[in-house]
Amino acid sequence: MSTPLPIQIENLDFSYGSIQVLEQANLSVADKEFVCIVGPNGGGKTTLLKLLLGLLEPQSGSVEIFGKAPVAGRKQIGYLPQHANLDPKFPVTACDVVLMGLLGQTRNFGFYTKSDKAAARNMLARVGLDKLRNRPIAELSGGQRQRVLIARALVSEPQLLLLDEPTCSLDDYVERELYDLLRELNEELTVAVVTHDISFVSSYVEKVICVNRQVHVHPTSEIDENLIHDMYGEHVQMVRHDQEHGHG
Amino acid sequence: MAEFFKALLQHGFLQHAVLAGLLASLPCGIVGTYVVTRRITYLAGGIAHCVLGGMGFARYMQVVHGWHFFEPILGAVLAALSAAFIIGWINIKARERMDTVISAFWGMGMATGIMFISKTPGYGEDLTAYLFGNILLVTSHDLLIIAGLDLLIVSIALLFHKQFVAVCFDEEFAMLRGINSKFFYFLMLALTALSVVLMVSIVGIVMVIVLLTLPAAIAGRFTKRMGSMMALATGICCIFTTVGLACSYQPNLPAGASIIILAGISYLITVILKRN
Repeated sequence: MSTPLPIQIENLDFSYGSIQVLEQANLSVADKEFVCIVGPNGGGKTTLLKLLLGLLEPQSGSVEIFGKAPVAGRKQIGYLPQHANLDPKFPVTACDVVLMGLLGQTRNFGFYTKSDKAAARNMLARVGLDKLRNRPIAELSGGQRQRVLIARALVSEPQLLLLDEPTCSLDDYVERELYDLLRELNEELTVAVVTHDISFVSSYVEKVICVNRQVHVHPTSEIDENLIHDMYGEHVQMVRHDQEHGHG
Repeated sequence: MAEFFKALLQHGFLQHAVLAGLLASLPCGIVGTYVVTRRITYLAGGIAHCVLGGMGFARYMQVVHGWHFFEPILGAVLAALSAAFIIGWINIKARERMDTVISAFWGMGMATGIMFISKTPGYGEDLTAYLFGNILLVTSHDLLIIAGLDLLIVSIALLFHKQFVAVCFDEEFAMLRGINSKFFYFLMLALTALSVVLMVSIVGIVMVIVLLTLPAAIAGRFTKRMGSMMALATGICCIFTTVGLACSYQPNLPAGASIIILAGISYLITVILKRN
């Protein structure tokens, strides 16, 4: 008996009404892999993510998270939603946000317990924000806020971390810091990142999953201009980050 | 002001009025904070205006058909809760433009109320009281109902504080953690509906939205967490209702309107003085 994979998708079809979004998709992600999911806007990245989280049901085919249906398996997923969906002025502290990751695990009635707070604090220390734990999120920088949300995703001790455009609207050096953190976390758990910025992540990930109605999996070593053309169409020029002077 | 405090010691109706204002401040602070942070002010306004339909219907049934148990406040509770449920349900299911849906209910609630009141013999003054409040007519019976609603709202809010905060901040994430987000969204709307009913007796349907949102909005400028925002908003609301009532007494101004103007001016001053 083999242990169930973090992500296993077989012959999956999904459409919104008459619009086919994903067609005969197959995908498997092994334990402690670091993969990124790329593709053009409208290509089905977000749909794939929602299928993994059990927010959508496929018309045919199967999705399994650690061998279970997504709704049951998602307790083992730590999820970082897209930045843009949250109100940055909402009156909560960094620690308050991280505590939300413990919902469903902590008691149902009343406030968070002492051990919840200790767990949240540990996780904030883990992402390097121990000193800012009582800061309202409105006073944090974009990169710090992303770290808070990563801590929220991690505090329930998931085995799979799903991140939706984590570096969108971040500076280059903050982005690099964030990926360094993810690589560190990757020693203990499986990481899947949805992004459109493939050139940057190629030095971090092992596998690139291209989603454009169909799903193709490529090892990072295969990334070249032909592949990029495949993914985005013909009018894309590749930017060679390795020839820049310094990283900014 | 001094006149007011002298009168306060003498007149039971003034004591009732002050007490009603203080009791209403608790849900105002707590539920107002949900309404402001979750940005459902307009929805709360829609619920408030549906209350007129319920009150008008109840009064009509009482007077014309002799249903004496069916007090207007009971009609208000029923109308507010059903409006909250229906609007919330359309919001989730129908993918309609939310503000349009709310407007439809806003107007229909008012129209239903006006129709029933016009068909109710001899009670023309009811309409004014419902629309603009009647804090000076609060009876000890009303106070009991207000206190009961208070207890219900505060205990639900305390029991599920963490779920409400999470659903207000990021509904999808809360759901993925196994929280029934829709249930808590509806529960929040139900609390909003009950708070609206409770405040209608003080400032009336037309102005209830101000009392529900402005204390929380002001508190939000000075606080950094939901809990402290609720506490401060409650305190601010206590000040508004008491001071508004006191200011209105001597020059014989309408109490509800005075409270609202006080709240509005205070809000505008904080907006100007304390920019975030």
